[in-house]
Amino acid sequence: MRRGAPRLIVLAWLCAAGAPVPAPANTAPPAAASDLDTLMGLLAMRRHGRVEFIEQQFLAILDRPVESSGELRYDAPDRLEKRTLEPRRETLLLAGSDLTVERGGRRHGVDLRRYPEIQPFVESIRATLAGDLGALERIFHVEFSGSVTRWSLTLVPLDPQLTRTVKQVQIDGSGDQLLKVEIREADGDRSLMTLRAPAAP
Amino acid sequence: MNWRRTWIPALWLCGVTLASIFVARAHYITDLSAFLPATPTPKQQLLVDQLRDGPASRLILVAIEQGDVGARARVSALTANRLRREPAFSSVNNGEPVTAERDREFLFQHRYLLSDAVTPARFSAAGLRAGIEDTIGELTSSGGLLLKSILPNDPTGEMLHIIDQLERTPSPATRDGVWVSPDGARALMVAQTAARGSDTDAQQRAIGSIRAAFAAAVRESSARGANNLQLKLSGPGVFAVGARTKIERAAVRLSIVSSVLVVTLLFAVYRSLPALALGLAPVASGAVIGVAAVALGFGAVHGITLGFGITLIGESVDYSIYFFVSSHRLRQNGAPASSWQRAWWPTIRLGMLTSVCGFASLLPSGFPGLAQLGLYSISGLIAAALVTRFVLPALLPGGFAIRDVTPLGTRVAGLLRPVRKLRGSVIAAAGVVLAGLAMAVLHWHQDTLWNRELAALSPVSAADQEYDAKLRSDLGAADVRDLVVVSGPTQDAVLRLAERVAQALAPLVDAKVISGFDSPANYLPSAATQESRRESLPGPTHLRESLRQATVDSAVSSERLQPFLMDVEAARHAPLVALRDLQGTSLLAGFDALILHQAIRWNALLPLHAAGVGQAVNTAWVMAALQHARLTEAQVLDLKHESDALYAGYLAEAIHLSLAGVLAILVLLSIALRSVARVARVLAPLLLAVLTVSAGLTLIGVQLTLLHLVGMLLIVAVGSNYALFFDRQASLHDGGSESLTLAALIIANASTVIGFGLLSFSQVPVLVALGTTVAPGAFLALLFAAVLAPPNPSPLEVPRA
Repeated sequence: MRRGAPRLIVLAWLCAAGAPVPAPANTAPPAAASDLDTLMGLLAMRRHGRVEFIEQQFLAILDRPVESSGELRYDAPDRLEKRTLEPRRETLLLAGSDLTVERGGRRHGVDLRRYPEIQPFVESIRATLAGDLGALERIFHVEFSGSVTRWSLTLVPLDPQLTRTVKQVQIDGSGDQLLKVEIREADGDRSLMTLRAPAAP
Repeated sequence: MNWRRTWIPALWLCGVTLASIFVARAHYITDLSAFLPATPTPKQQLLVDQLRDGPASRLILVAIEQGDVGARARVSALTANRLRREPAFSSVNNGEPVTAERDREFLFQHRYLLSDAVTPARFSAAGLRAGIEDTIGELTSSGGLLLKSILPNDPTGEMLHIIDQLERTPSPATRDGVWVSPDGARALMVAQTAARGSDTDAQQRAIGSIRAAFAAAVRESSARGANNLQLKLSGPGVFAVGARTKIERAAVRLSIVSSVLVVTLLFAVYRSLPALALGLAPVASGAVIGVAAVALGFGAVHGITLGFGITLIGESVDYSIYFFVSSHRLRQNGAPASSWQRAWWPTIRLGMLTSVCGFASLLPSGFPGLAQLGLYSISGLIAAALVTRFVLPALLPGGFAIRDVTPLGTRVAGLLRPVRKLRGSVIAAAGVVLAGLAMAVLHWHQDTLWNRELAALSPVSAADQEYDAKLRSDLGAADVRDLVVVSGPTQDAVLRLAERVAQALAPLVDAKVISGFDSPANYLPSAATQESRRESLPGPTHLRESLRQATVDSAVSSERLQPFLMDVEAARHAPLVALRDLQGTSLLAGFDALILHQAIRWNALLPLHAAGVGQAVNTAWVMAALQHARLTEAQVLDLKHESDALYAGYLAEAIHLSLAGVLAILVLLSIALRSVARVARVLAPLLLAVLTVSAGLTLIGVQLTLLHLVGMLLIVAVGSNYALFFDRQASLHDGGSESLTLAALIIANASTVIGFGLLSFSQVPVLVALGTTVAPGAFLALLFAAVLAPPNPSPLEVPRA
């Protein structure tokens, strides 16, 4: 009498949450293509990465942000692991299209393709880490600004369905390092993830 | 004589017709209750309930193999989708979120009655503060997106708490949205039938539905490579259906083949159709009367009784062989047919009584399957012997003649002559050496001699059992092996007990003795618990004030939590959750599986999940925890241990009873033969045959089971006839008669060896056990009986008179 991983309800629910928001007008100027390509080439050369993160979530229902921290690991081409250590231990593992949540010794998996609404949350980071411009452009309108040494990517979901949850993702970086990931949700909430190289042990 | 020629056959016909009516009207059972105790102890009763109708008995494990990962996932989803629409399945789970919407509504609506965190303290200012801070912390987790939308209604996080409460078991890995084995090579699904596991017909229909849904899904799926996909099913119902089909098929096929062979053999010997027809009359009458006796004695007939019974009374074919061969011989000598009764009948009768003593040892068995086989054999053999004695002579046509088989006997006697020329002491020494060697082998393997697992009797092949175990480990903790069971007079009473058990078990989960457990009260708490939770909810004024205090300096202000105040107020006046509220949710199947209603008794089951995959639950700790909580009425059931213990009990009992049977045979022979030497001479070849066969089987790596033991009883039953005929021969002083005896015995032995030899080639382990014991055993019994027979006083080559 196994119960169907009820935490999936969580994901099913979030898909229903959030009102549709019109897609932003596609008025971005042509990106500095050569710089973007150079950056992507640079990122693609990194096969593995491990950084510490601090994430602040600014939510409308809260008067002040909530903070969490942990570790982000990446292994080319498509494995991204987010280990949250504080305030609750939880691991999110994205491998291919499978998203696995592990917490309290329990593990649940979902297929990302079934929940395209979650895609912007994870694919933005993974595809950027992979230097996979094709993957990014399948989901987002990509806007590059700055230079390879100090860059900023603004990602806006192409599919209006996706903008029901995520309005925009902005990733800032320097060279092949990601420094900041800001996700703006459709309901006005946003999260800001600051990344830095792990402190030497 | 005329009286006999009319009345006896008429009486016989009446008897057989009457028995046939009982056979036709008898109730036949094909489930596994033949292997379960007839008069169970309370704990055994729980085991029986579990094995027959428990949640585990209703699971069908489904694996989809071959093809590629995408095709497997797609076909898994399509198959599950079809099955979910069928009422035959109470749940179908392949990892897809399906009833999520309805489940969510139910859980959210009733969260204050369902959450075990709801206490008066939870709604004090301090309790609210702790709950709200906790929930804010949770906002950073993967559940955050859900939480933030319901936080205004549920700031204490009852919803997430209920979800965590329900999902105590780890899920299998997921690929492409469906469950897969850890290596990804199989897509997995668990279907739970609405019908009980013991309803083999319903299980068979359910299996048919799964196959049909899979075939339709493969057609429907446009995925490439879907045509290569393979569907594999496992689980108790699948095994039961497979075993029934296999046993039916094996019983039918083997019966046909062995009948054809035995009939051909008999026809080759008799060269007479009437003789053939008459020769089968005793065994046929025995079979009908045997089944009728079981139907009358037990009220219902088990499938295995029907399947094996006929092989057990195969000995009765021998009776007619002895009768025809000897009556032919006597008539050639000009003796009246009635002289047969004086010359041969006493020996057949003694042989039959010996067999009856052997089989009588099965009668008191607590194992209904064995007890039925005992009654069947006893009544069948007595009937067959009586038909041979009284009906056959009356039916024998005037000019009846069969082929003279004396030359066959003479040839065999010639083959035996070199052995017979050996001195008695040499033969005895050889026998002792052989017995010693056999006993040494048995002694050497004494620890592994008997297979003490119930699985040994299972008609399921080892490969299938291994595959089943693999699927179960793939699925994680889906294997229900350890349960806590509580009983009560009403559903609500057992739910209350289940809640007390859950409280007692909670520390074991914290201490990681078990990883968790399921309880029906998680889906539907008892009325008392719901009431006390409802009473924990404070009135609006009180709650507003507590909330205000709780949110001072909090990240969330109490103004945002107005929906919470309204929901709590609504919950205070809402009716208690009832079973009907579960309709349409996946929770109903979960609840159903954990509640068993039988007549006046309700059982709640709390399956325990081991601390890790492949680990056993420490039931001693569980029992200690329950005792500590004074839950003496709760039983801890280790299904595998209990069923193995049950079987080991049967085995030990059967061994003791068999020894008692041997003792009874000893007493019977002592009374009939009145000579220690003769009794020893009759028993020696039988015991030697049993020892040799047991040692032989052990040497080729076979572990002995109950069915081997039944086989040994059969060796004694059949072999005793051989030994008794040699014994009788020794007192007749008639060489020609010895050839005849030998011929009759060889024909009888050939029919036995053919019948049981065929069983050895069956796919059904129990039949193989019987066949591989009896076929060589019967042959060896004849050989040893012939070799050990007392030297005949008259020379073998004396021409016939």
